[in-house]
Amino acid sequence: MIVDLVFQLLQMTLVIAVAPLLTGLVRVTKARLTRRRGPPLLQPYRDLVRLARKEAVVADAASWLYRFVPYLVFAATWVAAALVPTFATGLLFSWSADLIAIIALLGAARFFLALAGLDIGTSFGGLGSSREALFGALAEPAMIVIVFTLALVAGSTQLSTVVAHMVSSNVGLRVSLGMALVALIIVALAENGRIPVDNPATHLELTMVHEAMILEYSGRHLAVIELAAMLKLVLYVSLTICVFAPWGIAIADASVADRLLGAFAYVAKLMIGGVALGAFETSIAKMRVFRVPDFVGAALMLGFLGALLLFVSRTLK
Amino acid sequence: MKGLAFDVSHLLAGGLVLISFMLLYQDRLYALLNVFALQAVVLSLSVAWQAYVQDADHLYVTALIALAFKAIVIPVALHRIIAELGIQRDVENVVGVGPTMLVGLALVALSEVVMLRIASEADALAREDLAFALSVVLLGMLMMVVRRNAVSMVVGFMSLENGLILAATAAKGMPLVVEVSVAFSVLVALVVIGVFLFRIAERFETVDANALDRFRGDRR
Repeated sequence: MIVDLVFQLLQMTLVIAVAPLLTGLVRVTKARLTRRRGPPLLQPYRDLVRLARKEAVVADAASWLYRFVPYLVFAATWVAAALVPTFATGLLFSWSADLIAIIALLGAARFFLALAGLDIGTSFGGLGSSREALFGALAEPAMIVIVFTLALVAGSTQLSTVVAHMVSSNVGLRVSLGMALVALIIVALAENGRIPVDNPATHLELTMVHEAMILEYSGRHLAVIELAAMLKLVLYVSLTICVFAPWGIAIADASVADRLLGAFAYVAKLMIGGVALGAFETSIAKMRVFRVPDFVGAALMLGFLGALLLFVSRTLK
Repeated sequence: MKGLAFDVSHLLAGGLVLISFMLLYQDRLYALLNVFALQAVVLSLSVAWQAYVQDADHLYVTALIALAFKAIVIPVALHRIIAELGIQRDVENVVGVGPTMLVGLALVALSEVVMLRIASEADALAREDLAFALSVVLLGMLMMVVRRNAVSMVVGFMSLENGLILAATAAKGMPLVVEVSVAFSVLVALVVIGVFLFRIAERFETVDANALDRFRGDRR
């Protein structure tokens, strides 16, 4: 019991410790691929420390909600990240909630962030909130359908069970899983505001989404929000890793050595994912905002198609 | 072995349906042709797998024909036509990707429901391939309905024919003569369509099918 708790806490610290590193790695990869020197790998940590030390300026029109939202968003994202089996399945918290709860937590975080964007009453905030709501309205059903596909394959929406099923050899070759993977990547790109949907490097541009909502935040509030955004990226990358590339993960009741090995494998896979994301972002152009619903709609369609095909092969076998 | 045979053919046939959706999603002409060539490659893989599973050597010939004609000859020819007509920069105004995708999904669901009931006596492999083949056919038809550019209508027609080949290989005992003649008739159709495209472009200075509406006889 105590050991379980220790590993759960270790997992929670690991995701939060590695989050700025992943963001830094994506930035370095993008800089190197465009032949720039770019910021050092550890720059996001320094940025967070710098922001946390600065004074937090709050707009006059802001209500109490505005002050609470950063912490709410961060807490919801952190809890969601704690539920993902990163290096070992069957951690202490993982039985308390399933994939749908993770989606709900992230949805709640999105809702409060959009509310904070509206709260101060600037036009940029409202613009960002409305776009975030538009993308979310498409990305969330797509995510739910992906979960259905996974649940049809593994027989459970519980992430630990899904991962255990994926590690075992009776998965077979399934086109539905490929579709679910592509759909999950599209959803992850949209949710994290990565390049074809939103450019994370821009500030003060008419097409920005996430940046527009948090434009008025400063100081420690901004630091917390930035950390939550980095955490969300880690969450989606680890979700993809643990479902579609679970090699090396420690199954429940594994020995301590296995779990440590799993942690190393996890961090390595995370870094590979970060480099891949950077390479992908460099090779693609940003989309027009009004093309994004089509793009995310394609994820929804893929998820549906995957579930449909799975249903067919189930009835045949 | 049985399980693997089923899984691989499921993968390939499902991939064909997926590529049909990619065709519906794509609205740039050159990219459309590349996706079409990809579909032909997957089709020939699927046919070759069927040949291996069913131990039917003549299906290898079918796969080769599909690869040579559909993945190489026809896309190259259409590339040339687009370059000749000077319409390579055209981006089409399709009905709207969202509604089209939804209609496509409904068509796939429809063909699954219909085919799985009708062909309940056939073995699982054939039933599934037939169901996917019908969806590819229906999606090809949908493509011909929603597109306005004549070239992409041609691509829709050709992808419809891909579905027919898939159906033909799934049903055992289709003679090679039929396959070869179908393949050649598609080539002839390509030549005829190519001539037509040039005539249409010459006459109306566009290959947008909307321009043809004015010249229909029933609208006096």
